[in-house]
This record gives sequence, C-alpha cells and structure tokens, in this order.
Amino acid sequence: MRGVLRRAGLALGLPIALLAVWWISTEDSQNFYLPPLRTILRAFVETWTLDRLRADVAPSLARLAAGYALAGIVGVTLGLLIGSFRWIRALLEPVLEFFRAIPPPVLVPIIMLFAGIDHTMKIVVIAVGAIWPILLNTVEGVRSVDEVLVDTSRAFRLGPVARLRYLIVPAASPQIVTGLRQALSISIILMVISEMFASSNGLGFTIIEFQRSYAIPEMWSGILLLGLIGFLLSVLFRVVENRVLAWYHGLRRAQRSS
Amino acid sequence: MLEVRGLKKVYEGRQRRVEAIRNLTFTVDAGDLVCLVGPSGCGKTTLLKCIAGLLAPTAGAVWFGGRPVTGPPEGMAVVFQEYGRSLFPWLTVRANVELPLRRRRKLRRAERARLVEEALAAVGLADVHHAYPWQLSGGMQQRVAIARAIAYQPQVLLMDEPFAAVDAQTRAELEDLIRDLWRRLGVTVLFVTHDIDEAVYLGQRVIILSASPTVVAEQVTVDLPAQRDQLHTRALPRFAELRGHVYEQIQLAKRGTRVPAVTG
Repeated sequence: MRGVLRRAGLALGLPIALLAVWWISTEDSQNFYLPPLRTILRAFVETWTLDRLRADVAPSLARLAAGYALAGIVGVTLGLLIGSFRWIRALLEPVLEFFRAIPPPVLVPIIMLFAGIDHTMKIVVIAVGAIWPILLNTVEGVRSVDEVLVDTSRAFRLGPVARLRYLIVPAASPQIVTGLRQALSISIILMVISEMFASSNGLGFTIIEFQRSYAIPEMWSGILLLGLIGFLLSVLFRVVENRVLAWYHGLRRAQRSS
Repeated sequence: MLEVRGLKKVYEGRQRRVEAIRNLTFTVDAGDLVCLVGPSGCGKTTLLKCIAGLLAPTAGAVWFGGRPVTGPPEGMAVVFQEYGRSLFPWLTVRANVELPLRRRRKLRRAERARLVEEALAAVGLADVHHAYPWQLSGGMQQRVAIARAIAYQPQVLLMDEPFAAVDAQTRAELEDLIRDLWRRLGVTVLFVTHDIDEAVYLGQRVIILSASPTVVAEQVTVDLPAQRDQLHTRALPRFAELRGHVYEQIQLAKRGTRVPAVTG
C-alpha cells in the first residue's frame, strides 16, 4: 500500500507542481495571449462539451485509429517480407531510405491532390508518416532472430506458417512494439497537421479556428486536451505492451539477475 | 541407421578457407549410444549440423535410414548446447514441448497432450508445465529441451554438448537421465562432447576425433556393464583404463595432425 502511494506520489508530483507554477505565474496575467490558467480551465469545461467531443474529437480519433492501424498492418507485413528475404531487402532498401527521409507533412498537399480533402487524405497522411518506424523496426527484429532458435525450428521441421507464427513474429515482437510506440506519437502529430489543411472538423481544425478568431483561452484548452489524449493513449499502449511482452520483460529480468 | 561417408566441410570466406572437417566416416547402428569426443574446436558442432541436415557438407554424405540427408530429416531430434537459446522464451514449457508435434496432422489432440505429459514426466518436470523456460534453472531448461526431443519420438537423438553449460552435480544427474531414457525408449543416441569422462561413462561406443581438420582417430567399444551409476561405474578399474586410453588417443590426435587449420 505504501509502495503504491509512493509511486503515485512520484508520478503525479511533477505534473501537479508544474500546474501550480503555471497557475501562480499567470494568476494576474494581463497578456491577452497568455490568459490565467483559471480562465483556460473554465474555457476547457465550457468548450469541450459532449456535443463538441462528438463533433470534433471523435472524427479526429477515428482517423487516427484508421491511419495508425493501416500503418501497423502494412508496416508489419512489409517488414516481415523485407526482413525474411535478402533480395527483397537489397531491392527496396535504397528506395525506402529515400522515402523515409521526406518529412510527411510536406506530402499533405500532394496527397490532397490524389486523395481529395476528406477522411481518406488524412488517414493516408497519418499512415504514410507512421509506417516508417514500424517497417524499419520490424525488419531489424526479423533479422535479429536468434540463430539457435532458427536451427531448432528447422531441425524440428516446423512448417512455414508455424515458423512465422511461433518463431519470427514473436522473436521480432519487442522491436515491432518499439516501432509501434514511436509511430503512435508521430500519428498524433500528423492527425493534427492533416486537419490544419482543408478541414471542416477535428481537433487540429478547432484549435486553428480558435486561434484565428482570437478565442485564446479556448485555443489553450484545446492544446491541453491534445496533451491529455496523447498521455492517455500512451498509458493504454503501455498496458497492452505489458500484456503482450510479459515474456520479454520477464526474460530480461531473469537475465539481469543471473 | 546412420552413416557418415567421407564427410568434408570447408568454410569458404572472402580471404580465407577453413577446413573444419577433412574426411569422416563412421556408422551408428540402430539402438546404439555413441559418443563423439574430440579436442575443443575440432568441428564437432559442424559435424552435428551436417548430420542434422542443417548444414550442407562440401563433399561426402550422411545417410539416414537408407536415404541421403539433404535437409532436416524426419525422425531426428536435436538437443543443442545453448538451452537458453534453443527454447522459445515466449512459449511455456508445455507449449515448447508441444510445438514440434503440431505439424503431425494425424496426431489427435488427446494423444498429443499425452506425449507431452509423458515426456515432461520422464525428465522429472511433471509440475512446471505452465512456467516459462527462463523461470527455470539451467539444468531444468535442458531437461525441457530433452523432453521436447523425446516427445517428438525420434529414431535418432542428436545431442551437441548438451551438458557443457550446467554445473557438475546437475550434469551427473542429466547423464544418468540420458542413460535411463536410452534404455527405456530404445532410441539411437549420438552424443557429442569434449569431456572424456562423460563420453566413457555414457557411451556404448566412443568415436575419437582428431584436432581440426578432423578425421576419425579411433573407435573404442566401451565394455562396461549396461547398468551404470556415477559412484560405482566411475570407480571401476576398467573405467579408468578406458578413460586413460581415450585421453592418450586425444593427446596423440592433437599432436599427430598438427596441420594448420587455415590455408590459402
């Protein structure tokens, strides 16, 4: 019980302190662009009503989920292929390095030309940006499968499907998860950016609208909400990771203690 | 059952050419327990991988059950030295033992479960089905690997220095386990080791390999009683004689074939 309290105290201590500093230092701020935290919090409660969440936050999150899922499926599948076959790797590696080097936001205008300005465009932008860490980490994960395990699988004549399911995917999973974690934060960034171009709803769109109409406390409250969403998603990710990679964390602990 | 004919393995590097095995010929009869012993670095693991079909020989061939080995053949199970790396860390002990059996469509579920349970019971691990390998000690992990091999019901069991990385007491227990399983299951065992005592204690026959590039230096029949135990067998004068003889042969083999392993 004391351990739990201690950990909660450590985790919450700094955020509370930062909020307190923010609160006190802006307490009697006259700066129009930097309103008191009190005002921002009041605006938060007034702005982010259920209707608003449904109208603007839900579509953003839906596009985020779709783009992220697309990046995950395509990234892991391609990564498994590229990692498994040397000739595919040799063929694709230079091209991949080139595409990876292009910052995804500059693709927005181009993708807009092909995919229009609706959901598809935003989903594609998120997927195109988020796929790289997933793809490259999966390739690395597949390439680093332990040789002894590979020999074991061959000696016991595992079929191709069993090799994929019981050897390659689990062996690469710690790396795949690392890629997915990096991709999650990229996805959130691109979700906002894609809505700043040609959009009629969404979190990014709303925040820009507030800024343009000088609704400064509302704009700040939108940024706070974005931060909260990012935080919650990373907590959710951690929970899922701890379940999926329980064996990996246990193995690491066992190796450290021996 | 198992025939190695004129086996040669040369590793071709960019700059250098390493002849790991020069010319090996020997046979292992069905139901035999043969130990391959040789100085460290004499290509024992290379030989075992060639026999298991994991590595293609440069010349010569391995015949198993009347057929040349071109890839991992059916009816052969391998226990590797690195138990920590040959068990799947993401699978439980039970799933590890069961995995190679999944391919056998004809095997009913209940039958498969029975094989797994019997194999784990045979190695003394009836109560750790749901543990992960890394939660077990080294000796227990190697027992899991042995259970996986025997659940596979192989005709030939290949073992590559399986006890080199466990402590001396565990090692003695595992040696007795192998003798016991061999007698009970009637499986053919080819056991690779660098430990002369272990080779003589375990084997019905000991094949002595030379230093690299490897040839067969001598084959010794171990005429110790079939019922062996650590205390009495190792105290027998005959055990000491055989051990001394194998030791001498290995020393000779080391000196006699002092050909540089790296040429070109």
